[in-house]
Amino acid sequence: MSDTLLRRLRPSQVRELITLLIIVAIILFFSTQIDNYLTGRTFNRITTEFPIVAVVAVGQLLVVLTRNLDLSVGSQVALVAWSTGFIATEVPGINPIVLLLIAMFMGVVMGGINGLIVSFGRVPAIITTLATLAIYRSVLITVANAQTIETRGLPDWIVTFPGTTLLEFGRADIRLIFLIALIVVAVVQLLLTFLPYGRRLYAIGSNPDAAGMVGLPKQRDVFLAYLGCGALAGLGGLMQMAKFGTITVDSARGLELAVIAAVVVGGANIFGGSGSAIGVMLGAILIAVLDLSLARWIGISDFARDFLLGLLILLAVAGDIVVNKRLQKIWLRARQRDEARAGPPAAAAGGGDG
Amino acid sequence: MDSAPTMSERIVQRLKSWEGLLLLILIVVIFSNALFATGYTGPQNQINLWWISIEKAIVVLAMAFVIINGEIDLSVASVMGLSAVVVAILWEQGVGIEIGILVALLVGLGIGLFNGFWVAVVGMPSLVVTLAGLIGIRGLAFMLIEGRSIGNQATAFPTWFEDMGQQPVSELIGVFDNIPLVDRMPFAIFVYIGLLILAGVVLGRSGFGRRTYVIGSNKDVAQYSGVDVRRHKFAIMTISAVTAALAGVLLASHLGAVRGSTAFGWELDIITIVLLGGVSIFGGSGTMLGVFLSTLLVLNIRNGLGLNNVPGHTQTGVVGLLLILSVLLPNMIESYQGWARRRSLARAARAARAGPDPAGGAD
Repeated sequence: MSDTLLRRLRPSQVRELITLLIIVAIILFFSTQIDNYLTGRTFNRITTEFPIVAVVAVGQLLVVLTRNLDLSVGSQVALVAWSTGFIATEVPGINPIVLLLIAMFMGVVMGGINGLIVSFGRVPAIITTLATLAIYRSVLITVANAQTIETRGLPDWIVTFPGTTLLEFGRADIRLIFLIALIVVAVVQLLLTFLPYGRRLYAIGSNPDAAGMVGLPKQRDVFLAYLGCGALAGLGGLMQMAKFGTITVDSARGLELAVIAAVVVGGANIFGGSGSAIGVMLGAILIAVLDLSLARWIGISDFARDFLLGLLILLAVAGDIVVNKRLQKIWLRARQRDEARAGPPAAAAGGGDG
Repeated sequence: MDSAPTMSERIVQRLKSWEGLLLLILIVVIFSNALFATGYTGPQNQINLWWISIEKAIVVLAMAFVIINGEIDLSVASVMGLSAVVVAILWEQGVGIEIGILVALLVGLGIGLFNGFWVAVVGMPSLVVTLAGLIGIRGLAFMLIEGRSIGNQATAFPTWFEDMGQQPVSELIGVFDNIPLVDRMPFAIFVYIGLLILAGVVLGRSGFGRRTYVIGSNKDVAQYSGVDVRRHKFAIMTISAVTAALAGVLLASHLGAVRGSTAFGWELDIITIVLLGGVSIFGGSGTMLGVFLSTLLVLNIRNGLGLNNVPGHTQTGVVGLLLILSVLLPNMIESYQGWARRRSLARAARAARAGPDPAGGAD
């Protein structure tokens, strides 16, 4: 029975299922430890905590799939958050859509700079984005000139944004910020699964040289991945500004680490070629659930959370290496058995195709 | 023997290399600093520009080995922080600082073995392992020290420990009194010089150094050639963490006060210096001379900008720009040369086709 189930599911889907089960297990565990845990309030906290990381991490996934990396997303988010906050303070009547476009455009420009240098300049991604991490942050600090964006200067729709609720189920709200994350994840997942561009990202990441040799537009596709990553970092920046209201020049420092953690915990291979948007979102949720639950768990220090996060990343990837290998083997064997059972006609058809 | 390059030929060869380019930029930077930055040429400033970042410079030496070996260690700054915190916490608990130093180094050793286990034995990418370390080890440091700062007033470190980090050696033990510059050097700079020579010799002249290159340029080939890749990677990850722990101890004595955020984010500077020194991020190439020159270059740029009141984050931005350009420009020159060569070949081919060449047709 498990054999047929495993044959239906691809290894990456099994991985997503495992992440989901771990999230459920963690929630069940903490429901026995913390009073009033399984309530709408916990749901609301989690669904407002994870979206920013999830949105930026899904953008990061596009780049990671191609065997590249964008370490500068934290600085991009900060620069966009500060700038959009500044604009909204100066022009309180600005249309939200216009502000969104400005945010995403800024992200696209910064992602485009990374993409140009990495893809067309052939500078390794880690070098490029390590440098732009510093450069974008120093641009922000220079432009901001120690000025902090404050909640009281912002228009109402931004101040109420984190609590903006679309639907209510008892105490549990479906909030706008949660919905944005779901939409982004769904769109990217569809793009990766069904569009040729999405499939090419996997092909480039699994073997860049081979992808180049069979004639895939490698440079253009990697460049576009950086644009997408920047656009989502821009969206994340706007969300960051709207959620926190107060934006200093130190805002979102180290966010890139949380983002890469979500990508890796979500089952994407840091060396490209595998991973899914849903997995990355589950990774972000897992981290948020742990983070929030530990904060409420009596007897554990606030400072222990980073330690446990580090451990989580390590275990997730170590588990991947061990479990994935085994799953892949089982899956392949099942497929081979199927083909063998189908017998000569299938083989003949295969030969005809070749 | 006849074809061996002469001394002058070898020097020219050297100057055309990456190190030569770094040297050229360094000279330009030093000259412009001397012209535009008041106080740059003073002997105390020359010592200070090293002193202020000496702990980073020490970790850079180990990081060069890690990256040439084809790995990366993002956790070094967190290890530095944890090691400083361990010394401080034990001191606060009434343990002697000597024992604290020993424990901090052992903690570094433990982390090194831990990293080495996951990278070399399990075969996980070092990028992920040390990213987890970067977050987790910093968390551990914060768990120990929480929001406090140790080393002030009630918990002040012993005088000899603070002197070690904050006074020139000549004033402490009365040697090198009359050698200019050297008489102003603190203990940590002597440690750095010692480690620099050691690292240069090991990397350039020993079997260990050769193996570092061989594994970095092609792990599989190294494995099939009989190199114990696992053991070597294990050793390199351990050396990196222990060096970082040592630098953390020196940093504690230098700062005189330790917080959970000590050395936060320094891994970026450290990796930047190594890469700017001509070490390939993909491993297999780079020299200790290049790394030394790039350390000098970065410190001089920061010092010159600092003397002109350019804030620290802009200095970091400038160094970042330099890092990108250092790879981008050679790539662009190479692309241009390739394009020019193709164009001239195409032109030659066109000329040959257009020209009256019946013999060619008969062929």
